[in-house]
Amino acid sequence: MTAAISQRAANVQQQATTVIARRSSAAAVAPPRRAIGGTSRQDAMALAGAAASSLCTTMLLFGRLTPLSGRLGFVIVWFIIFLGIYAALLSLTEDRPAVVDRVMAALLTSASVLAGVALASVIIFVLWRGRTALVHSNFFTQDLSVTGPSEPLSVGGITHAIAGTLIMTAISLVITVPLGVACAVFLNETRSRATSLVRTVVTAMTALPSILAGLFIFATWVLILGFPRSGLAASIAMSIMMLPIIIRSADVVLRLVPGNLREASAALGAPQWRTVWQIVLPTARSGLTTAVILGVARGVGETAPVLLTAGFTNTMNVNPTKNPMVSLPLAAFKLVSAAEPNLIARGFATAAVLMLLVLILFTAARVLGGRPVGRLTKRQARAATAQSARDRVRIDAMSSSANRVPQEMS
Amino acid sequence: MELMTSIPGVADANAPAPQPRELQAHPGRGDRYFNRGASLSGLTVLSVMAAVGLFLGIQAWQALSATGFSFLTTAEWQPDRNKFGIAEVMLGTVLIALVAGIVAFPIAMSTALFITEVAPKWLRSSLVALVDLMAAVPSVVYGLWGLFLLQGQVVGVSRWINTWFGWIPFFAVDGADPNSPLSAATVYTASTLVAGIVVAMMVMPIQCVVMREVFSQVPVGEREGAFALGSTRWGMIRVVSIPFGRGGIIGGTMLGLGRALGETIAVLLIISPVFQINFHVLQQGSNSVSSLIALRYSEASDFSLSALMAAGLVLFAATLVVNFTASWFVARSRSGASSEA
Repeated sequence: MTAAISQRAANVQQQATTVIARRSSAAAVAPPRRAIGGTSRQDAMALAGAAASSLCTTMLLFGRLTPLSGRLGFVIVWFIIFLGIYAALLSLTEDRPAVVDRVMAALLTSASVLAGVALASVIIFVLWRGRTALVHSNFFTQDLSVTGPSEPLSVGGITHAIAGTLIMTAISLVITVPLGVACAVFLNETRSRATSLVRTVVTAMTALPSILAGLFIFATWVLILGFPRSGLAASIAMSIMMLPIIIRSADVVLRLVPGNLREASAALGAPQWRTVWQIVLPTARSGLTTAVILGVARGVGETAPVLLTAGFTNTMNVNPTKNPMVSLPLAAFKLVSAAEPNLIARGFATAAVLMLLVLILFTAARVLGGRPVGRLTKRQARAATAQSARDRVRIDAMSSSANRVPQEMS
Repeated sequence: MELMTSIPGVADANAPAPQPRELQAHPGRGDRYFNRGASLSGLTVLSVMAAVGLFLGIQAWQALSATGFSFLTTAEWQPDRNKFGIAEVMLGTVLIALVAGIVAFPIAMSTALFITEVAPKWLRSSLVALVDLMAAVPSVVYGLWGLFLLQGQVVGVSRWINTWFGWIPFFAVDGADPNSPLSAATVYTASTLVAGIVVAMMVMPIQCVVMREVFSQVPVGEREGAFALGSTRWGMIRVVSIPFGRGGIIGGTMLGLGRALGETIAVLLIISPVFQINFHVLQQGSNSVSSLIALRYSEASDFSLSALMAAGLVLFAATLVVNFTASWFVARSRSGASSEA
């Protein structure tokens, strides 16, 4: 058997020695490396040429040759002609699969560009239409209680809506954060048989149309229980919308906490509640913050539930339990529904403020949530080091008071 | 013999086998409270959510029992005269969702493929952030954009489609004269098409996120296998990525449709509500269940509220069916097998 192996090895060696050819001379040039990525000069030329010629053709078509008009139509026609010319130019040099590949890549790219342009146009358009109201400082310091519909933009503002949004969001947070996180803990840390049922119901509830949450609160809280339409009612309706979102994201985050951390904690003799409180939740802190922020971003923008439950007012009201209270999206909706140009400008400015608020929340969520579970920032790491130093002092003190020789640790 | 000599203290073979240790946890008081508290919160969430569904059902019962099956077929909304049904509003809702789906699906799919397959690495995270941001923009903002900016642009395209494809029933417009270029543009405003495009802006990111996640799970080996066999990038996408992600593509599309069915404020801002069956997507006038509720919720009588609840219940049921079918598709696909959707 060993003989056979050595025989084979010898064969291999023999083959190897015969196959490898000697370099003929040191002067031989290495062949140029093939470029396997990037854009070649020819590609760029084809792209630019197709863009230019399709633009010219479209400009000829619009207004000169045919009675076509309209900006949106112009862009659509330009794009279709561009694809055709691009394919034709490429087919001069490339074979069919390569042409299809390039054209599809152009299609995929332009779809993403379209999405980006659409989002940019939404943001810019709302800011632009709201600019006339946004530049007045009174827009952020007054409410609309004494402002008539046709009064100039230098009078009146939306403090009542800003205050309303802040109050409603705060109340919803008080309801949803403890309940949502506790429910996520229930889904992940207990071995109850009900978890799959709760998880299914929560998933189903993410499908609840927001108007139905409002209708539910309107029918129960306002009509049956007889409470007035108020900020509190709107907060409860918002909570119903936010709760499933927070639970689902928190559930995912808690699932990512490494199991060996839990096991280590249990092995050190910690009861389960201490494991959850001191190991699992702190480990997942950044992810849980993101979950809450995403829930808030969704809740802040909800109009339909607030429309049904909060009523509408133009006056400042900081008492959530009585009198109507208005939120930013509802104010924007009501203001643009009026026909007065000044009110519409205010509505756009309100929507712009709301959008900026959501943008800030969103950025905060990305900054906080960009970190994987359990990775500490510098500040958290310093705090953890200081804590363990304090622990050591405490343990040393305990062991010396117990009349024992303190153990040398280092 | 070996055993007996090497291990001291082991009882001889005649001794009874040791009882298996009892592995029963005896939680302390803290843990009992913890478990009880966690279960209580789970139960609270469960009961709140169940209450919404049950309450809608109970309240809707009054209206549903009064009309019976005709609730689904009547195209009028006059609860006080006992003539009401959701045929019209449900049709409007479905049409808006369909337009949104048709507009959003190609963009969502292309963007997802662009992010995972085509875009350079440095661009990817910003594109992902862009799509997430699109999902976070409040719907009232999209509504304003659609009403004041998009509508004016779409009218021209609507007129063109109607002029050339007006013979297709869906694209017909009553009261429009394709031969006169001066005919009023207002027949094309506030249409299902405009509302659908605006809803598509909200649906697109939802679909795109699901598809992107699926495409990013395509096994590297299969990708490289396709390339090694001489495939172009598009060829690889066509034979590897898309078949692999089929479940996610279908599931994501349906999730987006579920969202589109329930959209309220943007639709309410754009459409002008009508109560007649209107298949013509380019024509002014449409309706949806959620905007019906938003318009009529303050009506006085208990019975009309019950009718609205019934409409809401049907909408909720439709959304639930769409969403659960979507998660079923995602979960049973190859790519979704590992994750719990």
